Amino acid sequence: MGVRNSVSSPSPYSPPTKGGERIFVQKMKDISLTIDGKQIKATEGEKILWAALENSIYIPNLCAIREKMQPSASCRLCFVEVEGENEPVIACTQPVKEGMVVHTRGRNALRLARTAAELLIASHPVDCGHCLKNRSCELQKIAKHLGIKLKTKRFRKLERNLPIDESSSLFIYDPNKCVLCGKCVWVCQEKLGIGAIGFTRRGFKRMVSTFEDQPIAKSRCNQCAECVKACPVGALVFKNKNFISQIESE
Amino acid sequence: MKFEEIRKLAQSRWQEIWNDQMPVILVGTATCGRAAGALEVLQAIKDTVKKQSLSCLIYEVGCMGHCYAEPLVILRKPGYPSICYGHVNPVLVENLINNFLLNDDPCLEFVLGAIEENDFIPSFSDFPRSKYEKRILLKNCGQINPEEIEHYIANGGYESLAKTLRMKPEEIVSEVKGSKLRGLGGAGFPAGEKWDLCRHSEGKPKYLICNGDEGDPGAFMDRAILESDPHSVIEGMVIAGYAIGARHGYIYVRAEYPLAVQRVQNAIHQAEEYKFLEENILGSNFSFDIKLFQGSGAFVCGEATALIASIEGKPGIPRHRPPRVAVQGLFGKPTILNNAKTLAYVPHIIKNGADWFLQMGTERSKGTAVFALAGKVVNTGLVEVPMGTTLRQLIFDVGGGLSKGKRFKAVQIGGPSGGCLPESALDIPIDFDSLQESGAMMGSGGMVVLDEDDCMVEVARYFLDFTQKESCGKCTLCRLGTKQMLDILEDITKGRGKMEDLETLQELAEDIKQGSLCGLGRTAPNPVLTTLRYFREEYEVHIKEARCPALMCQTLIAYYIIPEKCARGCDACVGTCTVEAISTDKKRRIKVIDQEKCVKCNTCLAACPPQYDAVIKLSPPDKVPPSKNTSIPSPLMGEGEGGGEK
Repeated sequence: MGVRNSVSSPSPYSPPTKGGERIFVQKMKDISLTIDGKQIKATEGEKILWAALENSIYIPNLCAIREKMQPSASCRLCFVEVEGENEPVIACTQPVKEGMVVHTRGRNALRLARTAAELLIASHPVDCGHCLKNRSCELQKIAKHLGIKLKTKRFRKLERNLPIDESSSLFIYDPNKCVLCGKCVWVCQEKLGIGAIGFTRRGFKRMVSTFEDQPIAKSRCNQCAECVKACPVGALVFKNKNFISQIESE
Repeated sequence: MKFEEIRKLAQSRWQEIWNDQMPVILVGTATCGRAAGALEVLQAIKDTVKKQSLSCLIYEVGCMGHCYAEPLVILRKPGYPSICYGHVNPVLVENLINNFLLNDDPCLEFVLGAIEENDFIPSFSDFPRSKYEKRILLKNCGQINPEEIEHYIANGGYESLAKTLRMKPEEIVSEVKGSKLRGLGGAGFPAGEKWDLCRHSEGKPKYLICNGDEGDPGAFMDRAILESDPHSVIEGMVIAGYAIGARHGYIYVRAEYPLAVQRVQNAIHQAEEYKFLEENILGSNFSFDIKLFQGSGAFVCGEATALIASIEGKPGIPRHRPPRVAVQGLFGKPTILNNAKTLAYVPHIIKNGADWFLQMGTERSKGTAVFALAGKVVNTGLVEVPMGTTLRQLIFDVGGGLSKGKRFKAVQIGGPSGGCLPESALDIPIDFDSLQESGAMMGSGGMVVLDEDDCMVEVARYFLDFTQKESCGKCTLCRLGTKQMLDILEDITKGRGKMEDLETLQELAEDIKQGSLCGLGRTAPNPVLTTLRYFREEYEVHIKEARCPALMCQTLIAYYIIPEKCARGCDACVGTCTVEAISTDKKRRIKVIDQEKCVKCNTCLAACPPQYDAVIKLSPPDKVPPSKNTSIPSPLMGEGEGGGEK
């Protein structure tokens, strides 16, 4: 399909392969299931999404964090069809079962995933040519996988016109590009316990922000930039394009 | 003190009130009464009684259900039946006390109805609605003082709790299971099965939560019960707590219900004093406490997982289920969350048995349902009918039909999660499954009646605007999808819609309904889906002709004064116009509206005396003849096409 498998991504938020937090699943036995006609093995209790990704079967996703015990299930992109179920299910919350037959490209599942992706794109400033995340953006990858255009015709363009925060010396935060996947918030609050950023407001106005909406440099942020590495789109990007390759070569 | 003694004492005190020694005055001071001025009436009663040095008992009671006639006062004079008076005001109070209590004229012209059947004053049981009403949850509402626990006990209260403590928890669960009681908060999940699951879930302590976060616009059932009979909910909670093995309970009441908060808090204190709560309830080994938690105004907190997050001190945002709340709920422990009405039903089921409950209702929905009748219906108020009563019976027989002689158009059931049903659906029996099939939903029991002056596109827009604002924003489909839908609806109500918008609207609505994370998103499109299903032509007229047939959408209407009807000497409209848009034609003294200035506030139409009735609304606005041609007789006079003028 020509789609990169997110397992190979350098992000620390892809599935940890060795050791770490996942001791609880090690006692469980292996089962086999079929995804898109491919027979695969997975650990009992594993969610369909991770079983698929580990076996190079891509399912669109933005909010999924493997280390998180309770999936947030908020991006509504990983719909798949499971034989025997009436409705498409969310792959990041549905555990695998022995003999389960999963179709990632069922008509109903794709319809829901496409609607969700189109809605996100309709509220995202599509300026890929000038975006630092161009070609490594998850939203681009999802659109390509689902066969939808980056210029949606079905929906209206609903942009939020929020101010861009360039206060940090390392990175830029453009809330207009944010897809509210929550990865940066999870890293900052749960994983690192810093708590510089969090979700504020509700409904269409929900956004990631600092306490009292202060510029990020004035918040508790210690510039560890883990949030930037977690961001799947261009909402959090390094000011210096080559920053990631620099720190990785160190 | 043993329960038997408590009960005997309460009963003897209750009988003392009614033993015809002195007059008793009951004033309905629930929120519905207070809004109509019940507190002023109460004060006037106290003042008059003092002035006349009359010895009598005065009690505040809750909502009697006849909210259309608030404030309501019941007078009981020895030798007479108890008589309920409607639309009482401080002046009337003085008359009633002077003429009836001091003399013997019961002022029949102000009587709403007598409480008991008798030979000379028509009683409530003669009302057409009494044929359908079956008051079980509302039995005590308006009859007892909600701040007096003894009134509740004297009327059979806490008997079921005493009985429960003599039974085994599993017997209680199987009794409730056997009754097929379904959750009255909206979704209709069988309560007994939920309890059974929680009872067998591991983890301690277990929690019981009463959901009183009623947020639907136009719904006030839970409020009425919490304000008028709070002990019934508390008793139900203790029984449920015993059945599932819970140690702690919470009542989640929205802070916007200050009177309910105050009365529930008072009821909790009283129940604690009587040993119906806290350690070793009524001398048994069972301990259970209840805390009141005030919700701070997010509609989504009515959703179970969001409500729990809110009690835990986190943002009220739903999470994915499973794990079910019964397995992993408050503070990660097994939790039962039931609506206030569901819990208030429990004492009745324990007292009368599951078979008694099974006799009422339909095949799959047993018991009764409480509805808050609102909108364009004559008798707005609270009504309890057995499941299976038809919408027609409820609106026309119980509710007395439409007000002002208007034509019925639709009924909106279940609030923002429900749908609008047209006249052809009026014979649907009210139960969980039939309503679901029709595209609406039982919801918690809000019922708004709409007439010919209501635009269905605007109604759909109103409810979607509500859910869109109340969406927590966590999941993509609800956060962005409802916003897209709202924008489309706004365009249509402003005459900017396109036919292909209807297709997008339908697709989006179905996807949001199927794919959203929580119940709010999964039901938010219902008002749009039902209006598209039953009133599609109204959407099309808005789009194709830029016309609002109900003359409601502001952008699509214009106000016009018919020159032939305008009484030349009258200046009522000119005087009321808020923006000085109405001027007088110098020669003929006819009033003319400057369409450029008019803000369509409707005050001129309301001010125009009924004998002239010269101000009308026209849609589309370009139907208004050019103002210079006022001397030419209006083409509108003889047209009579209908739909375009009113």
